Amino acid sequence: MARRLTFQQAINEALAQEMRRDPTVVLLGEDISGGAGSDGQQGDSWGGPLGVTKGLWTQFNDRVLDTPISESAFIGAAIGGAISGIRPVAELMFVDFMGVCFDQIFNQAAKFRYMFGGKAKTPVVIRTMYGAGIRAAAQHSQALYPIFTHIPGLKVVVPSNPYDAKGLLIQAIRDDDPVIFFEHKVLYTMEGDVPEESYTIPFGEAAYVREGDDVTIVALGRMVSMAQQAAETLAAEGIECEIVDPRTTSPLDTETIYESVEKTGRLVVVDEAYPRCGFASDVAALVAQDCFSALTAPIRMVTAPHAPVPFSPTLEDAFVPSPDRIAAAVREVVGKGAEVTA
Amino acid sequence: MTTETQVIKLTMPKWGLSMTEGRLVSWLVEEGSTIRPGDEVAEVETEKINGVVEAPAGGILRRRVAEPGQVIPVGGMLGIIADEATPDEAIQELIAEFEATFVPPAEAGDTGPVPEQVTVGDRTIRYLRHGEDGPAVILIHGFGGDLNTWLFNQEALAGGRTVYALDLPGHGGSSKDVGDGSLDVLAGTVAGFMDALGIERAHLAGHSMGGATAMAVATAHPERVASLTLIASAGLGPEINGDFIEGFIAAGSRRQMTPVLTMLFADQSLVTRQFVEDTLRSKRIDGVDQALRTLADRLFPGGRQATVLAPALAGLDVPVLGIWGREDQILPVDHANALPSHARVEIIEGKGHSVQMEAASEVTRLIDRFLAEVDA
Repeated sequence: MARRLTFQQAINEALAQEMRRDPTVVLLGEDISGGAGSDGQQGDSWGGPLGVTKGLWTQFNDRVLDTPISESAFIGAAIGGAISGIRPVAELMFVDFMGVCFDQIFNQAAKFRYMFGGKAKTPVVIRTMYGAGIRAAAQHSQALYPIFTHIPGLKVVVPSNPYDAKGLLIQAIRDDDPVIFFEHKVLYTMEGDVPEESYTIPFGEAAYVREGDDVTIVALGRMVSMAQQAAETLAAEGIECEIVDPRTTSPLDTETIYESVEKTGRLVVVDEAYPRCGFASDVAALVAQDCFSALTAPIRMVTAPHAPVPFSPTLEDAFVPSPDRIAAAVREVVGKGAEVTA
Repeated sequence: MTTETQVIKLTMPKWGLSMTEGRLVSWLVEEGSTIRPGDEVAEVETEKINGVVEAPAGGILRRRVAEPGQVIPVGGMLGIIADEATPDEAIQELIAEFEATFVPPAEAGDTGPVPEQVTVGDRTIRYLRHGEDGPAVILIHGFGGDLNTWLFNQEALAGGRTVYALDLPGHGGSSKDVGDGSLDVLAGTVAGFMDALGIERAHLAGHSMGGATAMAVATAHPERVASLTLIASAGLGPEINGDFIEGFIAAGSRRQMTPVLTMLFADQSLVTRQFVEDTLRSKRIDGVDQALRTLADRLFPGGRQATVLAPALAGLDVPVLGIWGREDQILPVDHANALPSHARVEIIEGKGHSVQMEAASEVTRLIDRFLAEVDA
């Protein structure tokens, strides 16, 4: 009984179900209940700039809190709430604005459990939008998950489809550690099968999106569907790609990535983030270090350039890794190493 | 076309709801060889499960149309079976005509039956029905399973019958409340399911815990049970593989679940990644682990079966077919000896606990023949 939901509806449903299940779950963020009851026509809040939390104010009222435009204040409040026994889910509109609350996140939330000898827990979730593709320019379009992945004590989630988004968000809310939850704006309208019941997906377990013997493509978030398109094209050429979606960058399921690379002998990592000290370079380095003897061709990274996200639509489209670029990278690595099976 | 009666199209089967295509792995018989109905002719791989295509009729495999490695839509042509007398031109003509007119059912918007729901007491029970009329058959899955347990068997059994596969409480798409986890709750749900759908009497077929459930229905309501098909059934002796039960409940990841599911089969390659993933998807739904825990504590406390129903069965005037895979690692095959003396018992060599999947065509044929005899 497959029920179709968009990515956005899947997130909304996860929030609603967890708020119903656990009275200590509260939401806070900018405009998430903005406009509530204002004109009697809309009958509900704006639900944030893209309407993800729409409908929740009506159901949960004072557990959906609008905050001033002061990220360091409300992220600090969410973290403080978490260590005092509630489970806040904060929405920080664009990850690009996270910089003003790095101390709260990096030095406080990420460190409490460690510095208090395991006696404190910080069950906070920070939901945030990321990624290019909506003509929102350099300050609203970055894919900054590598920065958070770098910090021990944070868990970092980057879902690629509606089913995973719901299960990973419920897991994030129930998790006792701080979780940064990345939602790609362009994925909000993506549809997929989503069960009505609540369910969780464990962190640190990669998904096999597609099985194949010739090359491993590691991709996450929006890049998974780009990789799938590339794999379709390549399959017609007789190249079978295996696509692994880690789903969480911290913890990272290296075991599944290694298992796949041991089979295919080739790796292409696709990442919308900047190339330096990024997710792609991290995975490439780990595989080079731990699976070197299995590799039959050099590792390729397909990433954004080391440059701000351009405002020009033409340049923005060229900035984001495309199926064509992924396919080209795959063709390059299968041209080397062992014979392709097909 | 006059030759049509002698020419049989061998097509891609549909195994389960979501299957729209399959990849021909290999042919198991040579072109030109004689085959009997039910012979295994080709191996097919789907994203969920691997299986064997059997001949729908006897004759000569005149043409292997599909090539190994090729992906064929459900209903698409694999080959042609015909007698010796059929001219090559007639076969060629049939293939050409088929290729010109065939529309894959998935593209034509025909997805086949979809699961439905019915309220039984205060629970919602999900079920899938194949067939419109004829005697009712109810298929009952085992511990941790769901109606997909029967994906290779259900449609094939539905010729002239109405075949229901249901999800027991705590499983699949049904409510997760299993009450006290007793067989009475499970059997009461099956009887309530029959009431809700207006089924007065039915053939019951159960796998593993579903077999014990079917027996419990038969002992409580013998007049409503036309026959019992017990496949690797629980309830026939105290032994059970507690590692499977506990491993299944504990498994939260692919890595933990894969070795548990391989215990179900003699041929471990049948456990595809997608099968493991689907099992985990069901299991990760809120309430499922608790339901399984409650059932296990009640039915299999300390790794032993709490209820042995064999003696009660002996006194019932209900025809019984017992089927077991010789290599069963969950419930010992010698539990088949506890079946009543009037039971027909079929042991299938070289197959494991989920014998209805591993030896799908053989098990389907055994059930089909048994039900036909009971209804005759």
